Amino acid sequence: MSEGTKPDYWQRDVVDAGGLNELTTLNLGPTHPATHGIFQNVLTLDGEIIVSAEQTIGYIHRAFEKIAERRPFYQITTLTDRMNYCSAPINNMGWHMTVEKLCGIELPKRVEYMRVIVMELARIADHIICNTIIGQDAGATTPFLYVYQWREKIYEVYEEVCGARLTTNMGRIGGFERNFSDLAWQRIRAILKEFPPVLKEFEKLLVRNRIFMDRTINCGPFPADRALQYGCTGPNLRASGVDYDVRVADPYSSYSDFDFLVPVGQNGDVYDRFMVRQQEMWESLSIIRQAMEKLDKMADKTTFRADVPDWVLPPKEEVYNQMEALIYHFKIVMGETEVPRGEVYHCVEGGNGELGFYLVSDGGRTPFRLHLRRPCFIYYQAFPEIAKGGLLSDAILTMSSMNVIAGELDA
Amino acid sequence: MPAFAIKADRDQLVTDRLTAAFGADLLSHERLYDVMCFTVVKERVHELLAFLKNELDFGFLTSICGMHHPGEALELGLVYHLHSMHNGHRIRVKTYMALKDPQVPTATDLWAGANWMEREAWDFFGIKAVGHPNLKRILNMEDFPAFPMRKDYPLEDPTRQDKNDSMFGR
Repeated sequence: MSEGTKPDYWQRDVVDAGGLNELTTLNLGPTHPATHGIFQNVLTLDGEIIVSAEQTIGYIHRAFEKIAERRPFYQITTLTDRMNYCSAPINNMGWHMTVEKLCGIELPKRVEYMRVIVMELARIADHIICNTIIGQDAGATTPFLYVYQWREKIYEVYEEVCGARLTTNMGRIGGFERNFSDLAWQRIRAILKEFPPVLKEFEKLLVRNRIFMDRTINCGPFPADRALQYGCTGPNLRASGVDYDVRVADPYSSYSDFDFLVPVGQNGDVYDRFMVRQQEMWESLSIIRQAMEKLDKMADKTTFRADVPDWVLPPKEEVYNQMEALIYHFKIVMGETEVPRGEVYHCVEGGNGELGFYLVSDGGRTPFRLHLRRPCFIYYQAFPEIAKGGLLSDAILTMSSMNVIAGELDA
Repeated sequence: MPAFAIKADRDQLVTDRLTAAFGADLLSHERLYDVMCFTVVKERVHELLAFLKNELDFGFLTSICGMHHPGEALELGLVYHLHSMHNGHRIRVKTYMALKDPQVPTATDLWAGANWMEREAWDFFGIKAVGHPNLKRILNMEDFPAFPMRKDYPLEDPTRQDKNDSMFGR
Protein backbone atom coordinates (compact mmCIF):
# COMPACT_ATOMS: atom_id res chain seq x y z
CA MET A 1 0.00 0.00 0.00
CA SER A 2 1.44 3.33 -0.96
CA GLU A 3 1.49 5.90 1.80
CA GLY A 4 -1.10 8.57 2.01
CA THR A 5 -3.51 7.11 -0.48
CA LYS A 6 -5.98 5.85 2.06
CA PRO A 7 -7.09 7.39 5.30
CA ASP A 8 -6.69 4.97 8.13
CA TYR A 9 -10.31 4.29 8.93
CA TRP A 10 -9.41 1.12 10.63
CA GLN A 11 -9.35 0.95 14.41
CA ARG A 12 -10.57 4.49 14.61
CA ASP A 13 -11.46 5.35 18.17
CA VAL A 14 -15.01 6.22 18.90
CA VAL A 15 -14.92 9.78 20.17
CA ASP A 16 -16.66 10.00 23.47
CA ALA A 17 -18.92 12.99 23.15
CA GLY A 18 -19.67 13.10 26.84
CA GLY A 19 -22.70 10.86 26.77
CA LEU A 20 -24.06 12.51 23.65
CA ASN A 21 -23.02 9.69 21.32
CA GLU A 22 -26.00 8.34 19.49
CA LEU A 23 -25.63 4.63 19.31
CA THR A 24 -27.63 2.61 16.84
CA THR A 25 -28.40 -1.07 17.15
CA LEU A 26 -28.42 -2.89 13.87
CA ASN A 27 -29.33 -6.47 13.21
CA LEU A 28 -27.09 -7.90 10.55
CA GLY A 29 -28.75 -11.16 9.73
CA PRO A 30 -29.94 -13.86 10.38
CA THR A 31 -30.95 -13.78 6.73
CA HIS A 32 -28.94 -11.01 5.23
CA PRO A 33 -27.64 -11.37 1.69
CA ALA A 34 -24.21 -10.17 2.76
CA THR A 35 -23.68 -12.74 5.46
CA HIS A 36 -23.80 -15.63 2.97
CA GLY A 37 -25.32 -17.93 5.52
CA ILE A 38 -27.72 -17.93 8.41
CA PHE A 39 -26.19 -16.26 11.42
CA GLN A 40 -26.96 -13.07 13.21
CA ASN A 41 -24.83 -10.16 14.32
CA VAL A 42 -26.26 -7.53 16.60
CA LEU A 43 -24.10 -4.53 15.91
CA THR A 44 -23.92 -1.39 17.98
CA LEU A 45 -22.92 1.49 15.78
CA ASP A 46 -21.78 5.01 16.44
CA GLY A 47 -22.47 6.58 13.10
CA GLU A 48 -20.85 4.08 10.80
CA ILE A 49 -18.26 2.80 13.23
CA ILE A 50 -18.81 -0.49 14.98
CA VAL A 51 -18.69 -0.18 18.75
CA SER A 52 -19.52 -3.78 19.53
CA ALA A 53 -20.85 -6.87 17.86
CA GLU A 54 -22.69 -9.76 19.40
CA GLN A 55 -23.16 -12.94 17.46
CA THR A 56 -26.00 -15.37 17.61
CA ILE A 57 -25.36 -18.68 15.92
CA GLY A 58 -27.05 -22.04 15.82
CA TYR A 59 -29.76 -21.32 13.27
CA ILE A 60 -28.96 -24.46 11.33
CA HIS A 61 -27.71 -26.60 14.17
CA ARG A 62 -28.50 -30.21 13.31
CA ALA A 63 -26.91 -32.04 16.24
CA PHE A 64 -24.44 -34.03 14.16
CA GLU A 65 -22.47 -35.09 17.20
CA LYS A 66 -25.60 -36.56 18.78
CA ILE A 67 -26.81 -38.20 15.58
CA ALA A 68 -23.35 -39.71 15.10
CA GLU A 69 -23.77 -41.58 18.39
CA ARG A 70 -26.59 -43.56 16.80
CA ARG A 71 -25.06 -44.22 13.43
CA PRO A 72 -22.59 -46.85 12.29
CA PHE A 73 -19.30 -45.46 11.08
CA TYR A 74 -20.00 -45.69 7.37
CA GLN A 75 -23.22 -43.68 7.74
CA ILE A 76 -21.51 -40.74 9.40
CA THR A 77 -19.87 -39.72 6.12
CA THR A 78 -23.12 -38.11 5.03
CA LEU A 79 -23.13 -35.95 8.15
CA THR A 80 -19.67 -34.62 7.44
CA ASP A 81 -20.74 -33.51 3.95
CA ARG A 82 -23.05 -31.02 5.48
CA MET A 83 -20.48 -29.21 7.56
CA ASN A 84 -18.42 -27.22 5.10
CA TYR A 85 -20.51 -28.01 2.06
CA CYS A 86 -18.23 -25.91 -0.14
CA SER A 87 -15.52 -28.54 0.19
CA ALA A 88 -17.44 -31.64 1.21
CA PRO A 89 -14.89 -34.20 -0.09
CA ILE A 90 -12.26 -32.93 2.36
CA ASN A 91 -14.68 -33.55 5.23
CA ASN A 92 -15.52 -37.00 3.86
CA MET A 93 -11.88 -37.98 3.51
CA GLY A 94 -11.07 -36.58 6.94
CA TRP A 95 -13.72 -38.78 8.48
CA HIS A 96 -12.61 -41.88 6.56
CA MET A 97 -9.05 -41.30 7.66
CA THR A 98 -10.14 -40.97 11.29
CA VAL A 99 -11.81 -44.37 11.20
CA GLU A 100 -8.86 -45.82 9.32
CA LYS A 101 -6.57 -44.55 12.03
CA LEU A 102 -8.77 -46.12 14.69
CA CYS A 103 -8.93 -49.47 12.91
CA GLY A 104 -5.35 -49.48 11.68
CA ILE A 105 -6.18 -49.61 7.99
CA GLU A 106 -3.32 -48.78 5.69
CA LEU A 107 -4.13 -47.49 2.24
CA PRO A 108 -2.32 -48.20 -1.02
CA LYS A 109 -0.41 -45.22 -2.38
CA ARG A 110 -2.63 -45.02 -5.41
CA VAL A 111 -5.73 -44.49 -3.29
CA GLU A 112 -3.97 -41.86 -1.19
CA TYR A 113 -2.99 -39.94 -4.31
CA MET A 114 -6.53 -40.18 -5.64
CA ARG A 115 -7.72 -38.75 -2.35
CA VAL A 116 -5.21 -35.96 -2.58
CA ILE A 117 -6.55 -35.09 -6.02
CA VAL A 118 -10.16 -34.77 -4.89
CA MET A 119 -9.20 -32.97 -1.72
CA GLU A 120 -7.20 -30.40 -3.62
CA LEU A 121 -9.99 -29.98 -6.17
CA ALA A 122 -12.30 -29.37 -3.23
CA ARG A 123 -9.91 -26.81 -1.82
CA ILE A 124 -9.87 -24.98 -5.14
CA ALA A 125 -13.68 -25.02 -5.26
CA ASP A 126 -13.82 -23.70 -1.70
CA HIS A 127 -11.35 -20.90 -2.38
CA ILE A 128 -13.09 -19.98 -5.63
CA ILE A 129 -16.27 -19.40 -3.66
CA CYS A 130 -14.58 -17.36 -0.98
CA ASN A 131 -12.42 -15.22 -3.22
CA THR A 132 -15.04 -14.44 -5.82
CA ILE A 133 -17.42 -13.48 -3.03
CA ILE A 134 -14.82 -11.13 -1.59
CA GLY A 135 -14.79 -9.53 -5.04
CA GLN A 136 -18.57 -9.49 -5.11
CA ASP A 137 -18.82 -7.81 -1.71
CA ALA A 138 -16.22 -5.27 -2.75
CA GLY A 139 -18.36 -4.42 -5.75
CA ALA A 140 -16.74 -6.53 -8.46
CA THR A 141 -19.45 -8.82 -9.79
CA THR A 142 -17.62 -10.00 -12.90
CA PRO A 143 -15.27 -12.54 -11.24
CA PHE A 144 -18.13 -14.01 -9.26
CA LEU A 145 -20.07 -14.77 -12.40
CA TYR A 146 -17.08 -15.67 -14.51
CA VAL A 147 -14.86 -17.80 -12.29
CA TYR A 148 -17.76 -19.49 -10.56
CA GLN A 149 -18.34 -21.75 -13.53
CA TRP A 150 -15.06 -23.47 -12.68
CA ARG A 151 -16.53 -24.59 -9.45
CA GLU A 152 -19.15 -26.17 -11.65
CA LYS A 153 -16.44 -28.02 -13.60
CA ILE A 154 -15.02 -29.32 -10.34
CA TYR A 155 -18.48 -30.48 -9.32
CA GLU A 156 -18.65 -32.35 -12.60
CA VAL A 157 -15.56 -34.26 -11.51
CA TYR A 158 -17.22 -35.11 -8.19
CA GLU A 159 -20.27 -36.21 -10.12
CA GLU A 160 -18.20 -38.60 -12.18
CA VAL A 161 -16.31 -39.90 -9.15
CA CYS A 162 -19.22 -40.44 -6.76
CA GLY A 163 -22.46 -39.42 -8.44
CA ALA A 164 -23.19 -36.38 -6.29
CA ARG A 165 -22.24 -32.77 -6.58
CA LEU A 166 -22.63 -30.78 -3.40
CA THR A 167 -23.09 -33.18 -0.52
CA THR A 168 -20.82 -35.74 -2.03
CA ASN A 169 -20.66 -38.67 0.41
CA MET A 170 -17.53 -39.52 -1.52
CA GLY A 171 -15.40 -42.54 -0.88
CA ARG A 172 -15.67 -45.26 1.70
CA ILE A 173 -13.76 -46.16 4.80
CA GLY A 174 -10.68 -47.75 3.25
CA GLY A 175 -10.77 -46.16 -0.17
CA PHE A 176 -13.25 -45.27 -2.84
CA GLU A 177 -16.47 -46.92 -3.90
CA ARG A 178 -15.18 -47.39 -7.45
CA ASN A 179 -12.24 -46.51 -9.61
CA PHE A 180 -12.15 -43.12 -11.27
CA SER A 181 -13.64 -43.45 -14.73
CA ASP A 182 -11.88 -42.30 -17.88
CA LEU A 183 -14.26 -39.39 -18.07
CA ALA A 184 -13.29 -38.33 -14.55
CA TRP A 185 -9.61 -38.32 -15.50
CA GLN A 186 -10.43 -36.38 -18.67
CA ARG A 187 -12.30 -33.78 -16.67
CA ILE A 188 -9.47 -33.42 -14.17
CA ARG A 189 -6.98 -33.00 -17.00
CA ALA A 190 -9.24 -30.44 -18.63
CA ILE A 191 -9.32 -28.44 -15.39
CA LEU A 192 -5.54 -28.59 -15.09
CA LYS A 193 -5.24 -27.31 -18.64
CA GLU A 194 -8.00 -24.74 -18.82
CA PHE A 195 -8.35 -23.38 -15.31
CA PRO A 196 -4.91 -21.72 -14.87
CA PRO A 197 -5.47 -19.12 -17.62
CA VAL A 198 -8.83 -18.26 -16.05
CA LEU A 199 -7.26 -17.97 -12.62
CA LYS A 200 -4.62 -15.70 -14.09
CA GLU A 201 -7.26 -13.54 -15.67
CA PHE A 202 -9.11 -13.42 -12.36
CA GLU A 203 -5.94 -12.20 -10.71
CA LYS A 204 -5.54 -9.61 -13.41
CA LEU A 205 -8.97 -8.29 -12.54
CA LEU A 206 -8.36 -7.92 -8.82
CA VAL A 207 -4.84 -8.42 -7.49
CA ARG A 208 -3.32 -5.15 -8.68
CA ASN A 209 -6.62 -3.38 -9.10
CA ARG A 210 -6.34 0.02 -7.43
CA ILE A 211 -9.96 0.06 -6.26
CA PHE A 212 -9.84 -3.46 -4.89
CA MET A 213 -6.52 -2.84 -3.14
CA ASP A 214 -7.72 0.37 -1.55
CA ARG A 215 -10.84 -1.37 -0.45
CA THR A 216 -9.20 -4.42 1.09
CA ILE A 217 -5.73 -3.51 2.30
CA ASN A 218 -5.84 -2.61 5.99
CA CYS A 219 -9.43 -3.72 6.13
CA GLY A 220 -10.07 -6.06 9.05
CA PRO A 221 -6.48 -6.78 10.06
CA PHE A 222 -5.83 -9.43 12.67
CA PRO A 223 -2.39 -9.83 14.22
CA ALA A 224 -0.87 -13.28 14.50
CA ASP A 225 -0.80 -13.46 18.30
CA ARG A 226 -4.52 -12.67 18.55
CA ALA A 227 -5.30 -15.15 15.79
CA LEU A 228 -3.47 -17.86 17.70
CA GLN A 229 -5.22 -16.87 20.92
CA TYR A 230 -8.54 -17.35 19.18
CA GLY A 231 -7.59 -20.71 17.74
CA CYS A 232 -7.70 -19.52 14.13
CA THR A 233 -6.35 -21.99 11.60
CA GLY A 234 -6.17 -22.31 7.87
CA PRO A 235 -5.97 -19.40 5.42
CA ASN A 236 -7.13 -16.94 8.08
CA LEU A 237 -4.21 -17.79 10.35
CA ARG A 238 -1.73 -17.94 7.49
CA ALA A 239 -2.85 -14.50 6.33
CA SER A 240 -1.67 -13.23 9.70
CA GLY A 241 1.75 -14.70 9.04
CA VAL A 242 1.75 -18.06 10.83
CA ASP A 243 2.80 -20.86 8.51
CA TYR A 244 0.67 -23.54 10.11
CA ASP A 245 -0.78 -25.98 7.63
CA VAL A 246 -1.90 -29.44 8.75
CA ARG A 247 -0.76 -30.90 5.44
CA VAL A 248 2.79 -29.96 6.40
CA ALA A 249 2.67 -30.10 10.19
CA ASP A 250 0.98 -33.50 10.40
CA PRO A 251 1.08 -34.96 6.91
CA TYR A 252 -1.75 -37.35 6.13
CA SER A 253 -2.67 -39.19 2.97
CA SER A 254 0.93 -39.02 1.65
CA TYR A 255 1.06 -35.22 1.52
CA SER A 256 4.72 -35.52 2.43
CA ASP A 257 5.34 -36.89 -1.08
CA PHE A 258 4.43 -33.59 -2.64
CA ASP A 259 6.37 -30.42 -3.11
CA PHE A 260 4.33 -27.34 -2.35
CA LEU A 261 4.55 -23.99 -0.64
CA VAL A 262 2.54 -22.69 2.28
CA PRO A 263 1.71 -19.11 1.39
CA VAL A 264 1.52 -16.63 4.26
CA GLY A 265 0.42 -13.05 4.55
CA GLN A 266 1.56 -10.25 6.82
CA ASN A 267 -1.24 -8.21 8.36
CA GLY A 268 -4.08 -10.68 8.24
CA ASP A 269 -6.28 -8.15 6.49
CA VAL A 270 -8.84 -8.91 3.81
CA TYR A 271 -6.29 -8.52 1.04
CA ASP A 272 -3.90 -10.96 2.72
CA ARG A 273 -6.64 -13.50 3.22
CA PHE A 274 -7.58 -13.11 -0.42
CA MET A 275 -3.98 -13.48 -1.58
CA VAL A 276 -3.30 -16.50 0.63
CA ARG A 277 -6.29 -18.30 -0.82
CA GLN A 278 -5.29 -17.23 -4.30
CA GLN A 279 -1.78 -18.65 -3.88
CA GLU A 280 -3.17 -21.81 -2.35
CA MET A 281 -5.18 -22.44 -5.48
CA TRP A 282 -1.96 -22.38 -7.50
CA GLU A 283 -0.32 -24.72 -5.01
CA SER A 284 -3.33 -27.03 -5.16
CA LEU A 285 -3.10 -27.15 -8.93
CA SER A 286 0.56 -28.02 -8.61
CA ILE A 287 -0.21 -30.78 -6.11
CA ILE A 288 -2.85 -32.25 -8.42
CA ARG A 289 -0.40 -32.16 -11.31
CA GLN A 290 2.25 -33.93 -9.22
CA ALA A 291 -0.25 -36.54 -8.10
CA MET A 292 -1.30 -37.18 -11.69
CA GLU A 293 2.33 -37.65 -12.68
CA LYS A 294 2.89 -40.08 -9.85
CA LEU A 295 -0.23 -42.00 -10.80
CA ASP A 296 0.81 -42.10 -14.45
CA LYS A 297 4.10 -43.69 -13.45
CA MET A 298 2.38 -46.41 -11.46
CA ALA A 299 1.79 -49.70 -13.19
CA ASP A 300 -1.30 -50.27 -11.09
CA LYS A 301 -4.36 -48.61 -12.63
CA THR A 302 -7.12 -50.48 -10.88
CA THR A 303 -6.67 -50.35 -7.11
CA PHE A 304 -9.18 -48.03 -5.53
CA ARG A 305 -9.48 -49.40 -2.00
CA ALA A 306 -7.50 -51.10 0.68
CA ASP A 307 -7.66 -54.86 0.88
CA VAL A 308 -9.37 -55.05 4.26
CA PRO A 309 -12.71 -56.73 3.62
CA ASP A 310 -13.71 -56.40 7.27
CA TRP A 311 -13.98 -52.66 6.84
CA VAL A 312 -14.41 -51.68 3.23
CA LEU A 313 -17.91 -52.00 1.83
CA PRO A 314 -17.55 -54.14 -1.30
CA PRO A 315 -18.83 -52.81 -4.64
CA LYS A 316 -22.44 -53.64 -5.38
CA GLU A 317 -21.70 -55.90 -8.37
CA GLU A 318 -19.60 -58.11 -6.11
CA VAL A 319 -22.27 -58.10 -3.39
CA TYR A 320 -24.79 -59.44 -5.88
CA ASN A 321 -22.52 -61.99 -7.48
CA GLN A 322 -20.03 -63.23 -4.90
CA MET A 323 -20.80 -65.07 -1.71
CA GLU A 324 -17.90 -63.59 0.24
CA ALA A 325 -18.65 -60.01 -0.71
CA LEU A 326 -22.26 -60.51 0.34
CA ILE A 327 -21.14 -61.81 3.72
CA TYR A 328 -18.82 -58.91 4.30
CA HIS A 329 -21.43 -56.45 3.15
CA PHE A 330 -23.90 -57.92 5.62
CA LYS A 331 -21.34 -57.93 8.42
CA ILE A 332 -20.42 -54.29 7.91
CA VAL A 333 -23.99 -53.08 7.53
CA MET A 334 -25.24 -55.02 10.54
CA GLY A 335 -22.27 -53.97 12.63
CA GLU A 336 -20.80 -57.41 13.17
CA THR A 337 -17.22 -56.32 12.76
CA GLU A 338 -15.12 -55.79 15.86
CA VAL A 339 -14.25 -52.12 16.28
CA PRO A 340 -11.17 -51.45 18.39
CA ARG A 341 -11.70 -49.61 21.64
CA GLY A 342 -9.81 -46.40 21.89
CA GLU A 343 -9.81 -42.79 21.03
CA VAL A 344 -8.20 -40.98 18.13
CA TYR A 345 -7.87 -37.43 17.07
CA HIS A 346 -7.30 -36.87 13.41
CA CYS A 347 -7.22 -33.58 11.62
CA VAL A 348 -7.05 -32.52 8.02
CA GLU A 349 -6.52 -29.17 6.42
CA GLY A 350 -10.03 -28.24 5.40
CA GLY A 351 -10.95 -25.30 3.25
CA ASN A 352 -11.08 -23.13 6.35
CA GLY A 353 -8.43 -24.68 8.54
CA GLU A 354 -7.85 -27.55 10.88
CA LEU A 355 -10.85 -29.82 10.66
CA GLY A 356 -10.52 -32.28 13.50
CA PHE A 357 -12.38 -35.43 14.42
CA TYR A 358 -12.11 -36.65 17.98
CA LEU A 359 -13.54 -40.13 17.94
CA VAL A 360 -14.05 -42.16 21.09
CA SER A 361 -14.95 -45.76 20.45
CA ASP A 362 -16.03 -48.22 23.11
CA GLY A 363 -16.03 -51.10 20.68
CA GLY A 364 -19.66 -50.61 19.75
CA ARG A 365 -21.22 -50.29 16.36
CA THR A 366 -21.37 -46.52 16.59
CA PRO A 367 -18.99 -43.99 18.08
CA PHE A 368 -19.32 -43.52 21.81
CA ARG A 369 -18.59 -39.88 21.23
CA LEU A 370 -17.61 -37.91 18.18
CA HIS A 371 -16.47 -34.37 18.57
CA LEU A 372 -16.06 -32.28 15.46
CA ARG A 373 -13.52 -29.51 15.60
CA ARG A 374 -15.00 -27.14 13.06
CA PRO A 375 -12.54 -24.39 12.17
CA CYS A 376 -15.34 -21.88 11.42
CA PHE A 377 -16.91 -22.30 14.81
CA ILE A 378 -13.65 -21.53 16.50
CA TYR A 379 -12.40 -18.59 14.48
CA TYR A 380 -15.74 -16.87 13.99
CA GLN A 381 -15.74 -15.89 17.66
CA ALA A 382 -12.91 -13.49 16.84
CA PHE A 383 -15.18 -11.48 14.56
CA PRO A 384 -16.27 -8.84 17.13
CA GLU A 385 -12.67 -8.12 17.96
CA ILE A 386 -11.75 -7.77 14.29
CA ALA A 387 -14.79 -5.68 13.42
CA LYS A 388 -14.62 -3.36 16.40
CA GLY A 389 -13.60 0.18 15.52
CA GLY A 390 -14.07 -0.42 11.82
CA LEU A 391 -16.75 0.64 9.42
CA LEU A 392 -19.89 -1.35 8.82
CA SER A 393 -19.08 -1.90 5.15
CA ASP A 394 -15.63 -3.18 6.11
CA ALA A 395 -17.19 -5.61 8.56
CA ILE A 396 -19.16 -7.16 5.72
CA LEU A 397 -16.02 -7.60 3.70
CA THR A 398 -14.15 -8.98 6.71
CA MET A 399 -16.88 -11.52 7.27
CA SER A 400 -16.85 -12.75 3.71
CA SER A 401 -13.05 -12.94 3.70
CA MET A 402 -13.14 -15.11 6.83
CA ASN A 403 -15.29 -17.52 4.83
CA VAL A 404 -17.75 -18.35 7.57
CA ILE A 405 -19.80 -21.30 6.37
CA ALA A 406 -22.99 -21.66 8.39
CA GLY A 407 -23.07 -25.42 8.04
CA GLU A 408 -19.67 -25.76 9.60
CA LEU A 409 -20.36 -23.10 12.19
CA ASP A 410 -23.40 -24.86 13.59
CA ALA A 411 -22.77 -28.52 12.77
CA MET B 1 -0.88 -50.22 11.85
CA PRO B 2 -0.54 -47.13 9.69
CA ALA B 3 2.50 -45.08 10.43
CA PHE B 4 1.47 -42.10 12.46
CA ALA B 5 4.22 -40.03 13.91
CA ILE B 6 4.81 -40.51 17.62
CA LYS B 7 6.91 -37.89 19.32
CA ALA B 8 8.25 -40.19 22.01
CA ASP B 9 10.88 -37.82 23.39
CA ARG B 10 8.44 -34.92 23.70
CA ASP B 11 5.86 -37.20 25.26
CA GLN B 12 8.42 -38.33 27.80
CA LEU B 13 9.49 -34.78 28.58
CA VAL B 14 5.94 -33.57 29.12
CA THR B 15 5.10 -36.61 31.22
CA ASP B 16 8.16 -36.11 33.41
CA ARG B 17 7.53 -32.43 33.93
CA LEU B 18 3.86 -32.90 34.71
CA THR B 19 4.47 -35.80 37.08
CA ALA B 20 7.07 -33.76 38.91
CA ALA B 21 4.85 -30.71 39.17
CA PHE B 22 1.49 -32.31 39.93
CA GLY B 23 2.34 -35.58 41.65
CA ALA B 24 -0.72 -37.51 42.75
CA ASP B 25 -3.11 -34.94 41.28
CA LEU B 26 -2.11 -36.18 37.86
CA LEU B 27 -4.33 -39.22 37.97
CA SER B 28 -3.09 -41.02 34.89
CA HIS B 29 -1.10 -40.69 31.74
CA GLU B 30 -1.19 -43.01 28.78
CA ARG B 31 -0.56 -42.89 25.08
CA LEU B 32 -3.66 -43.57 23.02
CA TYR B 33 -2.65 -44.02 19.41
CA ASP B 34 -0.38 -41.08 18.69
CA VAL B 35 -1.45 -38.73 21.47
CA MET B 36 -0.50 -38.65 25.15
CA CYS B 37 -3.52 -38.28 27.43
CA PHE B 38 -3.25 -36.83 30.90
CA THR B 39 -6.04 -37.00 33.43
CA VAL B 40 -5.94 -34.46 36.18
CA VAL B 41 -8.20 -33.65 39.13
CA LYS B 42 -10.50 -30.83 38.17
CA GLU B 43 -9.33 -28.53 40.96
CA ARG B 44 -5.93 -28.28 39.33
CA VAL B 45 -6.87 -28.39 35.68
CA HIS B 46 -6.45 -24.66 35.20
CA GLU B 47 -3.08 -24.74 36.87
CA LEU B 48 -2.06 -27.63 34.62
CA LEU B 49 -3.22 -25.87 31.46
CA ALA B 50 -1.37 -22.72 32.47
CA PHE B 51 1.73 -24.79 33.19
CA LEU B 52 1.51 -26.44 29.79
CA LYS B 53 0.98 -23.14 28.06
CA ASN B 54 3.67 -21.16 29.82
CA GLU B 55 6.31 -23.75 30.62
CA LEU B 56 5.96 -26.37 27.94
CA ASP B 57 5.08 -24.28 24.92
CA PHE B 58 1.55 -25.57 24.33
CA GLY B 59 0.40 -22.22 23.06
CA PHE B 60 -2.47 -23.38 20.90
CA LEU B 61 -5.80 -24.67 22.16
CA THR B 62 -7.19 -26.96 19.49
CA SER B 63 -10.49 -27.88 21.03
CA ILE B 64 -12.47 -28.41 24.20
CA CYS B 65 -15.23 -30.95 24.30
CA GLY B 66 -17.49 -32.48 26.90
CA MET B 67 -17.91 -36.17 27.66
CA HIS B 68 -20.50 -38.17 29.51
CA HIS B 69 -19.87 -41.61 30.95
CA PRO B 70 -23.07 -42.64 32.69
CA GLY B 71 -22.72 -44.96 35.65
CA GLU B 72 -19.30 -43.79 36.73
CA ALA B 73 -18.66 -41.87 39.93
CA LEU B 74 -17.37 -38.91 37.99
CA GLU B 75 -19.77 -38.92 35.08
CA LEU B 76 -18.96 -35.78 33.20
CA GLY B 77 -15.67 -35.04 31.60
CA LEU B 78 -13.99 -32.26 29.74
CA VAL B 79 -11.31 -32.99 27.15
CA TYR B 80 -8.81 -30.40 26.02
CA HIS B 81 -6.64 -30.85 22.97
CA LEU B 82 -3.50 -28.78 23.09
CA HIS B 83 -0.96 -28.26 20.36
CA SER B 84 2.60 -27.08 20.50
CA MET B 85 3.14 -25.76 17.01
CA HIS B 86 6.88 -25.28 17.45
CA ASN B 87 7.38 -28.92 18.29
CA GLY B 88 4.58 -30.33 16.18
CA HIS B 89 3.29 -32.03 19.29
CA ARG B 90 -0.27 -32.63 20.44
CA ILE B 91 -1.52 -33.77 23.82
CA ARG B 92 -4.88 -34.37 25.39
CA VAL B 93 -5.87 -33.31 28.88
CA LYS B 94 -8.91 -34.76 30.58
CA THR B 95 -10.67 -33.94 33.76
CA TYR B 96 -13.73 -35.57 35.27
CA MET B 97 -16.42 -34.31 37.61
CA ALA B 98 -19.54 -35.54 39.34
CA LEU B 99 -22.94 -34.89 37.82
CA LYS B 100 -23.96 -33.00 40.94
CA ASP B 101 -21.11 -30.57 40.77
CA PRO B 102 -20.28 -29.95 37.12
CA GLN B 103 -17.89 -27.06 37.53
CA VAL B 104 -14.43 -26.45 36.19
CA PRO B 105 -12.36 -23.29 36.17
CA THR B 106 -12.55 -21.49 32.85
CA ALA B 107 -9.68 -21.46 30.38
CA THR B 108 -10.76 -18.21 28.76
CA ASP B 109 -8.05 -16.30 30.59
CA LEU B 110 -5.46 -18.51 28.90
CA TRP B 111 -6.99 -18.68 25.44
CA ALA B 112 -9.60 -16.30 24.07
CA GLY B 113 -10.76 -19.11 21.83
CA ALA B 114 -11.89 -21.15 24.82
CA ASN B 115 -14.91 -18.88 25.07
CA TRP B 116 -17.22 -20.58 22.59
CA MET B 117 -15.78 -24.02 23.22
CA GLU B 118 -16.77 -23.76 26.89
CA ARG B 119 -20.13 -22.35 25.96
CA GLU B 120 -20.61 -25.39 23.76
CA ALA B 121 -19.68 -27.70 26.64
CA TRP B 122 -22.20 -25.86 28.84
CA ASP B 123 -24.86 -25.97 26.16
CA PHE B 124 -24.56 -29.68 25.47
CA PHE B 125 -23.30 -31.20 28.70
CA GLY B 126 -24.12 -28.65 31.38
CA ILE B 127 -20.50 -28.27 32.37
CA LYS B 128 -20.12 -24.90 34.00
CA ALA B 129 -16.92 -23.00 33.35
CA VAL B 130 -16.46 -20.94 36.48
CA GLY B 131 -15.24 -17.45 35.69
CA HIS B 132 -16.40 -17.50 32.08
CA PRO B 133 -17.35 -14.00 30.92
CA ASN B 134 -20.51 -14.95 29.07
CA LEU B 135 -21.60 -18.47 29.86
CA LYS B 136 -24.85 -19.07 28.03
CA ARG B 137 -26.12 -21.51 25.46
CA ILE B 138 -24.61 -21.20 22.04
CA LEU B 139 -26.15 -23.54 19.49
CA ASN B 140 -29.42 -24.48 21.18
CA MET B 141 -32.14 -22.00 22.04
CA GLU B 142 -31.85 -20.16 25.32
CA ASP B 143 -34.76 -21.90 27.04
CA PHE B 144 -33.88 -25.41 25.94
CA PRO B 145 -34.84 -27.64 28.85
CA ALA B 146 -32.00 -30.17 28.80
CA PHE B 147 -28.35 -30.79 28.10
CA PRO B 148 -28.81 -32.80 24.94
CA MET B 149 -25.44 -34.49 24.54
CA ARG B 150 -25.76 -36.28 27.83
CA LYS B 151 -26.34 -39.94 27.24
CA ASP B 152 -29.71 -39.98 29.01
CA TYR B 153 -31.17 -37.50 26.55
CA PRO B 154 -32.90 -39.53 23.85
CA LEU B 155 -32.06 -38.80 20.26
CA GLU B 156 -35.62 -39.36 19.15
CA ASP B 157 -38.94 -38.69 20.73
CA PRO B 158 -39.25 -41.56 23.25
CA THR B 159 -43.04 -41.66 22.93
CA ARG B 160 -42.94 -42.76 19.32
CA GLN B 161 -44.37 -46.20 18.80
CA ASP B 162 -43.97 -46.58 15.06
CA LYS B 163 -40.26 -46.94 15.00
CA ASN B 164 -38.14 -49.55 16.65
CA ASP B 165 -34.50 -49.04 15.95
CA SER B 166 -33.15 -50.74 19.01
CA MET B 167 -31.32 -53.10 16.67
CA PHE B 168 -29.49 -50.23 15.08
CA GLY B 169 -26.84 -48.40 16.98
CA ARG B 170 -27.21 -47.84 20.66
